[in-house]
Amino acid sequence: MIGTPATTGEAVLFWVCAILAVLGALGLITSRKAVHCALWMALTMISLAILYISNAAPFLGMVQVIVYTGAVMMLFLFVIMVVGVDASDSLIETIKGQRWAALFLGLALIVILAWGLGSALSGVPATGVDAANREFGGNVQGIAHLIFTQYLVVFEVTSALLITAALGAMVLAHREHWKPKPTQEELSKARFLGEEHPGNRPNPGIYARHNAVDTPALLPDGTPTELSIPGPLRARGDIAPVDIQDVHQIEEADSL
Amino acid sequence: MNPSNYIVLSALLFGIGAIGVLVRRNAIVVFMSVELMLNASNLAFVAFARTNGNLDGQVVAFFVMVVAAAEVVVGLAIIVQIFRSRRSASIDEPNLLKY
Amino acid sequence: MQELMPATGVFSLLWLLIALPLAGAAILLLGGRMTNKWGPYLGVLTVVVDAVLAIWMLVAMMGQGAEERTFNDSVYSWVFAGSFKVDMAFQLDQLSMVFVLLITIVGALIHIYSLGYMSHDPDRRKFFGFLNLFVAAMLLLVLANNYLLMYVGWEGVGLASYLLIGFWQYKPAAAAAAKKAFIINRVGDVGLSLAIMVMFVTFGSVSFEDVFSSTGQASEGTLTAIGLLLLLAACGKSAQFPLQAWLLDAMEGPTPVSALIHAATMVTAGVYLITRSNAIFDAAAWAATAVVVIGVITMFMGAIIGCAKDDIKKSLAGSTMSQIGYMVIAAGLGPVGYVFAIFHLLTHGVFKAGLFLGAGSVMHGMKDNVNMRRYGALRAMMVITFGTFVICTLSIMGIPPFSGFWSKDSIVHAAFESNNLVGICTVLAAGITGFYMTRMVAMTFFGKQRWEDDVHPHESPAVMTIPLIILAIGATFLGMALLFWGNIETWLEPVVGYEEHEIAIPELLLMAITLAIVLIGAAIAWIQYARREVPVAEPHGNLLTRAARAELYGNEVNDVLVVQPSFWLSRFLVWFDNAWVDGFVNGSAATVGGLSGRLRKYQSGFIRSYALSMVGGAVLVVLALVLVRLS
Repeated sequence: MIGTPATTGEAVLFWVCAILAVLGALGLITSRKAVHCALWMALTMISLAILYISNAAPFLGMVQVIVYTGAVMMLFLFVIMVVGVDASDSLIETIKGQRWAALFLGLALIVILAWGLGSALSGVPATGVDAANREFGGNVQGIAHLIFTQYLVVFEVTSALLITAALGAMVLAHREHWKPKPTQEELSKARFLGEEHPGNRPNPGIYARHNAVDTPALLPDGTPTELSIPGPLRARGDIAPVDIQDVHQIEEADSL
Repeated sequence: MNPSNYIVLSALLFGIGAIGVLVRRNAIVVFMSVELMLNASNLAFVAFARTNGNLDGQVVAFFVMVVAAAEVVVGLAIIVQIFRSRRSASIDEPNLLKY
Repeated sequence: MQELMPATGVFSLLWLLIALPLAGAAILLLGGRMTNKWGPYLGVLTVVVDAVLAIWMLVAMMGQGAEERTFNDSVYSWVFAGSFKVDMAFQLDQLSMVFVLLITIVGALIHIYSLGYMSHDPDRRKFFGFLNLFVAAMLLLVLANNYLLMYVGWEGVGLASYLLIGFWQYKPAAAAAAKKAFIINRVGDVGLSLAIMVMFVTFGSVSFEDVFSSTGQASEGTLTAIGLLLLLAACGKSAQFPLQAWLLDAMEGPTPVSALIHAATMVTAGVYLITRSNAIFDAAAWAATAVVVIGVITMFMGAIIGCAKDDIKKSLAGSTMSQIGYMVIAAGLGPVGYVFAIFHLLTHGVFKAGLFLGAGSVMHGMKDNVNMRRYGALRAMMVITFGTFVICTLSIMGIPPFSGFWSKDSIVHAAFESNNLVGICTVLAAGITGFYMTRMVAMTFFGKQRWEDDVHPHESPAVMTIPLIILAIGATFLGMALLFWGNIETWLEPVVGYEEHEIAIPELLLMAITLAIVLIGAAIAWIQYARREVPVAEPHGNLLTRAARAELYGNEVNDVLVVQPSFWLSRFLVWFDNAWVDGFVNGSAATVGGLSGRLRKYQSGFIRSYALSMVGGAVLVVLALVLVRLS
């Protein structure tokens, strides 16, 4: 790839990827739906991967795509799905002054870091990693050499960390069964001894005008019943309104 | 191409990530902003590696990625657990550790 | 200056003089109820043995040459702090010898008298313990060879006085009187301690030897200061103006206490102090003048108060105040008067003790009533008491040939030697003395009976009357004995110095004038109180009488000058403590509480607020880093 000196090609690449990355970041923090945030995040990560590659770190760029965008972002998306795809933040800020303070501090951080670090490095010529890459016959081999000699302990510790993390996630996500799983006989008994009517609930679509799962069925007297809507939708309050015309039509059909 | 450009970009991304942590209420989006900050620092490491002429920066960036992955795993598991018991993924909800 | 002899022979037992009564006090006070039966007798025994020892030492001392009569006995090194060394050491010279004799002999007689007087009191073992303590402390006072050790004895007699005045502590009046005596004494004690400090700073030592030999090296201002401070101490102990208010209240204590402490011995400690420090007063003329002035004022004050009091003991107390005034005048006159101050002190000790014990005997027969308006015509009922009382009265008035005549006239003579005005004052006071003493005798023993209904006066038992008789004999002959056979002037001269000057009028004429004025005073009192009827209810009296009854408003002055300001000060301090100190403490607690109340609002529980402060901190840290490292 490109080492030293930097060429116009690299400059163009940099500007394009930089703008994309910033756009993705801004999209991340401003989207209402969580899924959109995840997608913007993926855009930023891809652009960063390209930037890594343009900085003579191809191994890192690939790892970024495979691990970060591929595994980590997918993990995020799975969890969003579990938590609730439709969940969206309201735009109203509950803590007073938080937004302004956050904006101010964030800008201050950017300015100080950019100015401080940037001005420190502006006069330093980049040595470039071409020589380092060539030393062991490639970027991957160079990184491998460093990992398995100088940073060996770090490597071992990090692997221990990974194992611990995996175990921890398994433990955390595990649902403990406090009681033995109820058998069908027990479930049936509970149903008949309980307070609710033991029969089936009305299926969706009885006298229904729409066959969507979230439209409540109509009882014989024309009132909509929410019992026909499956539990998760009912819990979320995801119930479509019933058109009053449907009720009148049924009444007319009755009187006929 | 002056490597300082990359540093400025890294700083920018880091700041945006910080703002995201402070402003967003959804726990998962906050987590994603934290990941953004980690990525920004990775970019800085790679740029410094290029400046200094050795691969140490890249190795460090690699380890950062590994650690970030482990952190994501555990963090998301925790979020799922909290969601199971509290039915909500907002980070304003758990505010009992107050005066 | 005298040569210091080592204490050999009987003088090696000097420490025993103090140790015996001290041991007696310890046994009686610490032994508790076990010692109740034989305790009083032990108390009497210690002082009697002391008296015998004292007489033995006197005989031995008289056998020595005049310049060789100062015996020094060092018991142990007490203070050694760098250059400041003070020993617990006793010095017996002619001056302390006469005091030792007075204390032990009169003390022994009063102890024996107390066996009878306090026979009905359930606490009498404690009484004898305190009396022994007093004797030990007083002996320490006069036998010390340095001011610091004398101060120990000084404080000790003050303590004993407090304990004894407030002996009947269940009586509020007695407790208050004891407290008053102690506090006023304390004011005087401050004078003595300051004087000791000045002495140490000036002379580097506080022993008599060192101080008296170095008076030439100090400036007159310093010596005047020391003298005035010593005078303050003497005023406190000897109830001189302005610290005189406690003496009349001290009569709340049992009569033997009044006799021993407030007549014969403790109140004379002031005179002892001034006389012992003669080297200082000789060198500081202003201080000596102050002494004389104080003495004159007190002499008149005491006499006037004594004229108007109906309480027999308070009247005698006023008389004591006045007589000590005489002694103080004599001590202040310098070498012309030191000897006579001591002479009068000795004779006064004897006849005043006799008067007090006689009053106690009268009270014993009148059911402890002290109001003279309720006495009258007692001479037939209490013959011995009457006889001894009259002898002591004649002695105090200065009628020849009784002992008081010799000592008082010597003081009058010495007064005229120095200053005619002072001399005239002493003569006038002698007249007033004649008045109030005759009044006392007339109201008590003559006139009509004014007794209360259930009172049957009787003579006191022998254990009380025998000491009275012995004291009366002393009151008769002691004066002549000391003057002619003992040659008191030459006896004391090596210690205090003696001078004689000419006076304006011939000596015999002076004696005659004094005697005439005394008899005029006595006659006035006789007509007023023996011939005329004495009203039982107190008459209103003219202005002077009322003022005298109110002790010349001494208590009111003390109240305004000292007591009320002390109350204000303490109230102010209480307010200050509550408002400022407590306010400061409570205020800081409240401030911390308020601050914490405000600070804890930051713990809102919101993760994002915490994250905000974290980012804020991070910004500051990065800013600092950038500014320091990278610019």
